[in-house]
This record gives sequence, C-alpha cells and structure tokens, in this order.
Amino acid sequence: MLDTTRSISTPEGIELSLRLAGPVPRALAWLIDLLVRGAIMLALSVALAVLGKFGYAMLLLIAFLIEWLYPTVFEVLWRGATPGKRAMGILVLNDDGTPIRWPAALTRNLLRIVDFLPALYFIGFLAMVINRDFKRLGDLAANTLVVYRDARQIVQQIPAARPVAPRLALSVNDQRAVLDFAERSTRLTEERAAELAEIPRTLVGTANGRLAVDRLIGIANHLMGRG
Amino acid sequence: MKQTDFENAHHADWEQFEQWLERGGKNRRNRSAAGAVTLKAVEVPRAYRRICQLLALARERQYSPELVDRLNRLALGGHHLLYGARGGQSAQLFAFLAAGFPRLVREQWKLVIAATLLFMGPLLALVVVLQFQPDFVHYLIDPDQLAAYHEMYDPANPRPGLRAADDNVLMFAYYIWNNVRIGFQTFATGLVFGLGTIFFLVFNGVAIGAVAGHVTVIGYGETFWAFVSGHSAMELTAIVISGAAGMKLGGSLIAPGGRSRKSALIAASRPAVRLMYGAALMFTIAAFIEGFWSPLSAIPATTKYAVGITLWVLLMGYLCLGGRSRAT
Repeated sequence: MLDTTRSISTPEGIELSLRLAGPVPRALAWLIDLLVRGAIMLALSVALAVLGKFGYAMLLLIAFLIEWLYPTVFEVLWRGATPGKRAMGILVLNDDGTPIRWPAALTRNLLRIVDFLPALYFIGFLAMVINRDFKRLGDLAANTLVVYRDARQIVQQIPAARPVAPRLALSVNDQRAVLDFAERSTRLTEERAAELAEIPRTLVGTANGRLAVDRLIGIANHLMGRG
Repeated sequence: MKQTDFENAHHADWEQFEQWLERGGKNRRNRSAAGAVTLKAVEVPRAYRRICQLLALARERQYSPELVDRLNRLALGGHHLLYGARGGQSAQLFAFLAAGFPRLVREQWKLVIAATLLFMGPLLALVVVLQFQPDFVHYLIDPDQLAAYHEMYDPANPRPGLRAADDNVLMFAYYIWNNVRIGFQTFATGLVFGLGTIFFLVFNGVAIGAVAGHVTVIGYGETFWAFVSGHSAMELTAIVISGAAGMKLGGSLIAPGGRSRKSALIAASRPAVRLMYGAALMFTIAAFIEGFWSPLSAIPATTKYAVGITLWVLLMGYLCLGGRSRAT
C-alpha cells in the first residue's frame, strides 16, 4: 500500500488512517501564508503611518506577533490550520490524531527558525525526507503530524468503462491499489501504465499492454459499483 | 450481511453524526429545516463508539474502500471533537505563574546554573578585564558602534529621559521585537545539539559585558548603570532561562538516557517550552521597564539602583521560593 498513510489507534480499539502531507503542499501553504502576512503588514503600515512614531511602534509590535505567533494562533484556534494550510487542505494534528493545543503549537513554531536554516527550510526539508512521517525538526520535538484534511475523492476521477468482475475476491488493500491505479492511469504514459498493469497476472490474465490497462480500469469500475 | 444492507441499516445514524460533526460538535437551538432529529450531547459518545465498531466491521468484512473511507472520516472527526477540546486553560495559567514556573526553574537547576555561567561568566569577566585593559574593547566592538555608545551614555549629553512619550512606546516595541527574538533564538538553536544556545549565550554575554566594561572605564558608568539597573533583573534572567530551555533540548539529543533520541526530544521539549512561557513573559516585563522607567533621567541614580536591586531580590525570591508552600 501507499506508504504515506499513518494509522493511529484510538481508545475504542480501532485504527484510523491519516494521509500525511509531504514537502510540496507544505511549502505551498507556507508561501501562501507568507503572502498573507506580507499583505497584512503592508495594509497596516499604510494605515498606521498616519499615527507617526506611535504607529511605527504598533507596527513593530504587530510585526513581532505576526512573525512568531501567526502560525501558532491559527493552528490552535482555527482547527489546526493557518490560512495557507487551509487553502492547501492540510492541517496539523498531534501524533495521536487529536487537535493540537498551545504547548505543541508553540514548540513546533518556535523551532521553525532552526528548520529554516541555512535558508528556505533546508534543514526542515532534509528532516522531512529522512523520516517516514514527513516531520520537520519542530514536528519531531512537538510530536505533531501534518495531514490532509479530507479523504480523497478518487471515485469521480476514475475513467468510466464497462465493469469487469475480478476472478477472485480482493482484499481491501488490493481493491485500493486497483482503484489508485485506475485513477492515475490517465496521467501515466501509455508504456508505464501498461508496464504496471501487467504486474497483477492473477487479475489481468495473459492480457498485455493496453488490454491489461483496460481490464484493470474495468475492475476498478466494478469495485466502485458502477454499472 | 451484504454491503447495501449494511449501508441501509445504518445510513440514518451516519447522516446524523455527520451533521453533528459539521456543526463542530455543538447543538444549536435552531433545528435543521427538515426537522431532522439531531444528536443530543449525551448520545454522542455512544454514537461515536457505534461508528468505531462499524468501521472495524466494515474493514473486517472488506466492504468497498469508499465506505471504509467514509466511516474512517466520521470516526476521525468524532475522535477530534471528543478527545480534543478541554477548557480551563486560564486557571492553569495562573497556577503556572504562581507555582509551576518557579518549580520548573528549580527542577532544571543544573541547566540554569550552566546557562548562568555561560552567559554571566563572559559578561562579568569582560567588565573586570576592561577596567585594567581598556584597549581590549577594540577587539570586540567596531569604532562606529563604540561612538554610538559614547553618544548614548555621555553624561554631558541630553539624557534619553527627555524624549517624548511616543519615543518610549517605540523603544518598548523595539525591545520586544529585538529581545524576545534573542530569547527565542537562544532557545530554538538548542536543537542543534545545544551548540546554538551556547553560542548565543556567550555571544550576548560578551556583547553586554564589553559595553558595560567600556563605558564604566571611560567614566560614563553612572548613566549606564542607572539606565540598565531597572530592567537588568528581568532581562538577564530571561536570557539565562531561555538558554537553560535550549540546552534542555540539546541535552536530550546528546544524552537521551534510556530512550530513543526522538522520544527523549519529545519528553524534553515539554518542560523546555514551559520555561519559554515564563521567559517570554519576563522579556515583556523587561521591555516595559526598559521602555518607560529606565530612560527617566530625572530620577537620581541611587533610586534607580535601589529599584534595580529590589527587583533582583524579588525575582530571586520568586524563583527560589515560589510554589514551595503547597509542595506535595
């Protein structure tokens, strides 16, 4: 299965799965937040300019608060997401899947400056690609995860085809693999799609190339209950 | 049981739970238009457990991924709301300031002493050394900055106390912006095996010590010491505590004890961040004093020294004795 999902155990004795967000959506979320912060500062610097030195003092204070507390406040009070994270559909959670509170939010955001070193989150990026949970150093210390908010809606993206019943019953994981393949088949090159589709011989039989791809898409349609 | 039967049997419950989740777990007075039965607060845990059970069943029976995903989403949402929100944080804050923070500082006394030595050591040493080797300052501060300090603390100049109230607010904001940043940097760079923290402690100790020693030896001592005495207690102690917090982080990576480095870091970051709550508050108080009290040059230096010493005594008393009475 995909290795970017993490399961957490709850006191009710079940496992919930979370989908981890990688460096790219997180970098984009940071970029959006940077723009939002820049816009706020710009608007305030114009508005407070009329107050002279007092306005400049206020601006300095607000700059300090925005620099250090902007992500913390949003992550605690706005369901784990800054505006950038919300736009990217990601949020911060504790390792056990509960929403984060002040201590964890402050830890991960105060340590942000170390992740930023030497420039543009180089250390944070290294840490993220080294550990399996995409955690930067601040996440490691605060024990937090960045995950996608909603389960992905893959059903609509699977190309419609005549449903084909598989010859044998498939486990949920196998079903997911087939559905994921069908969803991505439109974005893969013809050759790569064929190469992948020829791997599950028990499903595609002796079919090769385009036929194997079509057969898997057919099975995916069957699994979704289309037709 | 067939999946469709399973879905039909529980469909209504799921819808209800979904609606409860969408309202963010709150029961508003206005009922939904269709007059749908809303979930009462007492029924929520039961409904949540039911969904957990059905999720486990759906997985075991290998129902379609779509259904499993939907139940997973419902269970996750319920998990967030039920295990997430807990109130009463303001009462905790008061208890923390009254007792928790000084206890925490005493608990970490080894690190606090280490940070004190790293910071106050170079500071005091330089003050003493510069009395005997005044030229040594040229290795530490460049001439432009030196001229600025001369200007600032020359007793013949009009004192900063004559500046307007606007300037005081501006300086207050500047001190917050600059000093709290130094504290946060000192703390956060502790993550680099404590090296960043040690660097910032020594660096700031040298910077402050060089200025203090230099202006004393050239005879501007009274204006300088009168200016800094008020906020010195809060600010210097806050830097030391930030340093102790940073070394707590770094220490957990160097000597994790009987844990993995990762779990040692998680365990250490909890008290470290709590130390930073206190340090940030102390920096803020220091900035207030530095912005509004310290520049008042109309007040005689002896009064300022007295206030400074009083604040040192109060702060040390708070850190050494606070939270002892109800020790359990």
